[in-house]
Amino acid sequence: MASTWTERQQQVEREDLVMFINACLSCTGQREFYDEAWGQKLSLDFLHDYILGNYRLLYARTLAAGINHFNQGQIILKLLATGKQTLPEHRQEEGTLIASTLNALPPQRAWKVLEQIRKRRINNRRARAIARDYIAQRHQRLDFDAVKYRSKVSGIATHNHLKLPGEVGSFLFRDWPQQFETELFEKFRKAYYSQDAIYALPFTVAEGLAAKHQIPRDRFLARIEAQMTQAEKVRMQQSTECDRNSKLTVDLKHTPITKLALYCLSLPIKDRQARHTELTQALQQSAQAALHRAPLRLGKVAAVLDCSYSSSGSNEKRRRPLGVALAIHYLLQAASNQYQAFWTLPISDPLLVQPRGQTDLATPLLDALATHPDVVVILSDGWENDPPNGAAEVLRVFRRRLDPSVSILHCNPVFNADDFSVRNLSSAVPTVGLRDAEDLPTVLGFAQFADGKSSLGDLEQYLKVRVQQFLSKFDPNHGS
Amino acid sequence: MAPKAPLLNTLSLKGIEIAPSQVWGGIRIVPLLRRNVRGDLRLAKRDYDDDLTVVSLQGQPLAAGLKYTSYVPHGLVLSWDEEGQPVAAKGSQLGTDGQRFKAGPVSVRVLSRMAKREARNQLRFLPLHLAMEGFLSLFFSGPDIAWSEYSKQALSQGLSSRTEWSVSGQAIQGLADALRVFEIHEHQVGMLLFVSEALASAFITPTPEDYRLLHPSLLQDFYGELLYQYGLYGGTVPMQSQVDESKVETLADLRDAIATLRQDWAAFQGLMASDLLQRPVESKRIYTAGPFTLQRFITDLKLKSENHIGEAIVRNDGQLEYLKTYRLSAGQARRAYLLSQLAAQGWHLERTALSMGELLENFIYRLEKAGFGYLINNQVREQAQKARRRD
Repeated sequence: MASTWTERQQQVEREDLVMFINACLSCTGQREFYDEAWGQKLSLDFLHDYILGNYRLLYARTLAAGINHFNQGQIILKLLATGKQTLPEHRQEEGTLIASTLNALPPQRAWKVLEQIRKRRINNRRARAIARDYIAQRHQRLDFDAVKYRSKVSGIATHNHLKLPGEVGSFLFRDWPQQFETELFEKFRKAYYSQDAIYALPFTVAEGLAAKHQIPRDRFLARIEAQMTQAEKVRMQQSTECDRNSKLTVDLKHTPITKLALYCLSLPIKDRQARHTELTQALQQSAQAALHRAPLRLGKVAAVLDCSYSSSGSNEKRRRPLGVALAIHYLLQAASNQYQAFWTLPISDPLLVQPRGQTDLATPLLDALATHPDVVVILSDGWENDPPNGAAEVLRVFRRRLDPSVSILHCNPVFNADDFSVRNLSSAVPTVGLRDAEDLPTVLGFAQFADGKSSLGDLEQYLKVRVQQFLSKFDPNHGS
Repeated sequence: MAPKAPLLNTLSLKGIEIAPSQVWGGIRIVPLLRRNVRGDLRLAKRDYDDDLTVVSLQGQPLAAGLKYTSYVPHGLVLSWDEEGQPVAAKGSQLGTDGQRFKAGPVSVRVLSRMAKREARNQLRFLPLHLAMEGFLSLFFSGPDIAWSEYSKQALSQGLSSRTEWSVSGQAIQGLADALRVFEIHEHQVGMLLFVSEALASAFITPTPEDYRLLHPSLLQDFYGELLYQYGLYGGTVPMQSQVDESKVETLADLRDAIATLRQDWAAFQGLMASDLLQRPVESKRIYTAGPFTLQRFITDLKLKSENHIGEAIVRNDGQLEYLKTYRLSAGQARRAYLLSQLAAQGWHLERTALSMGELLENFIYRLEKAGFGYLINNQVREQAQKARRRD
């Protein structure tokens, strides 16, 4: 009896953790096709609190599990807010994890997390030390950050009573001298007073000043192009305000694959046809680059990709599920020896895919299984309706009666707020959350825990190893 | 000249497939697919942005005469080709329709006729209002023999003026979301709409393109007040379909099993709509457009089951090209039923009561409760009331 009780307890714990990691892989608290942003945020916030309250150590270790930036930020905040509850023996590890994660986050996200510390009125010694260390570590780029994230940096310095090095303090708190010695500050000071000087500043900084100087948008955009980063160009090209005729020179090859796929989908069909070779090449190269960073080698792969209407996402996540599907298509093509894709609505050219039609997963799944693959990857939001439960039945019967050996994985880019998890197709196959196609190797590693076969111990071990790998990236001596 | 299309006796979904439904909250939407689309008949929407629309049913638009007044969010424009060649859908391309008047903050549009021909092969009609107008004008003229039991008003003006009210799709809880998240099939031309598993409406268009454009307009349509209640309190019944795994030996078996699953869905959903699809209907021709006939219909009235009114366009081979139905609420069905019983007995009150197996006073009470008290002579009503009190 005692053993079954412990077993049951462990099972619950494992399921909780898998649910949480899945949520952290997919959810960003934004609006989805079926869910409001509010519901998503509420659901995710509850999940965070629940895991934090029950499994604090594992909650902290999730930071290293390859989850998305939004959730990393949330975990850091929640850990910092409840520092008292950390057991003394875990304090060191938790602190290191928080600091390393913060350093690894893109600067805009990291600054936002630190700003949130102020907004949520978190004020304790550890939180202050974390902010201090982050600023010390940014030392090289602090001038740039001070210009680009002015309000955030000044707010954080105020909240934590920090002395900022060099001229940063006097720049942020408007104690401006006749002339700054720091070049960037001087540029900003000039641009503050002169229209012509703004074009020497980074795009987003100049954008604010252009509004202050009331420079017409088109004139501003025409002159600022040289200062735009690749990501900014891609974003600008996608937005409607960019004139379709004046193409920015975007270097597509160095765009991450999911972003690139989303960019391709934002183009009208005609443009996609006209730039077919260029886009396909860029997608292939980007897939190679992603695989170079996180190697993945597969045998014979069949993919079932959902391009139904619900893959159009929402206003906040425009065409995200479809973008992930398109990115996965090129990624798997590059990673496998033999590859075949089956879309819910058969298409001749994946680049021309559109979010349309019903979700008929059963037919493409049957076609995929008929090719005798080693691995089947299903990418879908899990809402199938033609017929409802069709693919679930195919998976169940196929596993039971036909072939239990083929590995089948369901990746879901959408978090379902109602049941705190990503919607699964069938209990016969593991379902994992996937926000960026680049995360596929991580997700494949994690998938073994999602189908309920492995034990809690394995999952804990997996997280421990991930933590060691993660920390050793920053500190080669760690763990030795 | 091609033969005229027949009048409908029953609604049949000939040439139309039923696909598995999609459920959101208490709303179930069943897609209807058409594989063989000819394209010689097109529908397009024309938006009217007015608070009130007055449709003159007789004579000049602004002259005195019979009028139909309602909020009309849009009309439909029908284009067809008599030779069977594909045509383009012409929406609001042809200038203004009717006349607009401003009355303070309110704008009123005056339209001529429910269905009006605008060009050689183009007809404008007001969807659902066409059917509703037919329903309101049932037995409109009142008693044709001047029985003394009737009031002066009933004898001189008939049932004028009749009113019914209904709710907009916006008011049905969950319908807006259900329409938003609904995934339109590639060959979809129509849908059956269930609210809490009760058939609310059936809608069919000639081509998938037309359907795609008209899909959101279902939110602006009107529905019986019963469905508003169902939307508030109801839900859907979870339906699970399973494959019998003991019969599956190969992948091909599994494929067959899934195909069977699909057919089961189609058959079952057809059954769910059987109160509309297999009921005898009484129809009336409104307009003949080449090989097509626009007609409106009402199902035979049964108090214990669903009753629908609607309009349809039928091709001369009997195929349903357009269909839109409205489910009468219980009160509306009751009113129509009582009137039809009266009309069947030549508007003789006693005979009608007898045929329905009721005492006269009770029958009069029923008429009063249904809102037809104004038809009956006050003296007769008082007598009936006294008689009821005696019992």
